[in-house]
Amino acid sequence: MEISVRDAVTVLHGMIFGAALLLALSGIAVAVYATSAAGSPWSPTRAQRRALTLALALAALLAWVTVLLGAYAVYPWYRAHAPAGTLDLSGFPQRLLLSDPRTAGWHDLGMEWKEHIAWFAPLSLTAAASLFARYGTELRALRALRNALLGLIGLAFASACVAGFFGAMLNKHAPVRGGATIVIMHGGSHD
Amino acid sequence: MTETAGTSGAVAPNGPGAATLLAAGIGAAVLGVAALAGDAFAGIAHVLTVSRATGPLSGVTDVAILAWLVSWSVLARRWAHRDVPLGRIIRITAALFALGLLLTFPPFMDLLQGK
Repeated sequence: MEISVRDAVTVLHGMIFGAALLLALSGIAVAVYATSAAGSPWSPTRAQRRALTLALALAALLAWVTVLLGAYAVYPWYRAHAPAGTLDLSGFPQRLLLSDPRTAGWHDLGMEWKEHIAWFAPLSLTAAASLFARYGTELRALRALRNALLGLIGLAFASACVAGFFGAMLNKHAPVRGGATIVIMHGGSHD
Repeated sequence: MTETAGTSGAVAPNGPGAATLLAAGIGAAVLGVAALAGDAFAGIAHVLTVSRATGPLSGVTDVAILAWLVSWSVLARRWAHRDVPLGRIIRITAALFALGLLLTFPPFMDLLQGK
């Protein structure tokens, strides 16, 4: 069982960091709402509030790591230019997609949208983490600010969903592969 | 909406929170404007190519992050101990985010460029 370095980095970017971000956000949104809604019976202890603040900050950090890894490691492999006369475009995902009108849309809409919208997640999550760290349960008295904070988390979730969906579809149609091979497991032959 | 809880003296002033929101909106809008400019003009795309491997996206995001952090720093200092009209700030922030989202949506970018 083997995987290429580019495959491994792409998996780390999307399937591990990206998926973990979506998973974390769904829980964080519920917890933030439950602790900051006016009249909520849950009054978090100082430790619980600190844990939730830390969770939001870590989610923001995870979003930054995910977009930076995508933009500066995976994306350059995706957009690499094929030398003139190259017939096998499998090592040049963007060129491969654009070479066929049936797949060109995955780049023209999918990657063009993904490469920008993904950045809304770390931006809005950093703002959300800062708001929660500063106001915490005081948000119960600041309904507009609480709603804005939940809006930021919702926007981050939606942005990450769009980026994740197109990332997965792009990798199905034109996988980012290449580089050294990592042997995960030596298997025997089974007839 | 004029929610300014700080006036009650019960909670912290809303200025720093408003600064955080508005700065994020500014960053989002700048991201959209820079993305459109880079897509529409080859000269701007060249200038925005901070990293040759990543292309204009590197400059687009650098400019947006810079605008976000600078505006956050300035607004946070200005509104550190003040209450501001939060409802208006939230509406402006929402509009800035909507602008950023619209300008980074490829069909809308193409429409603006007549493609």
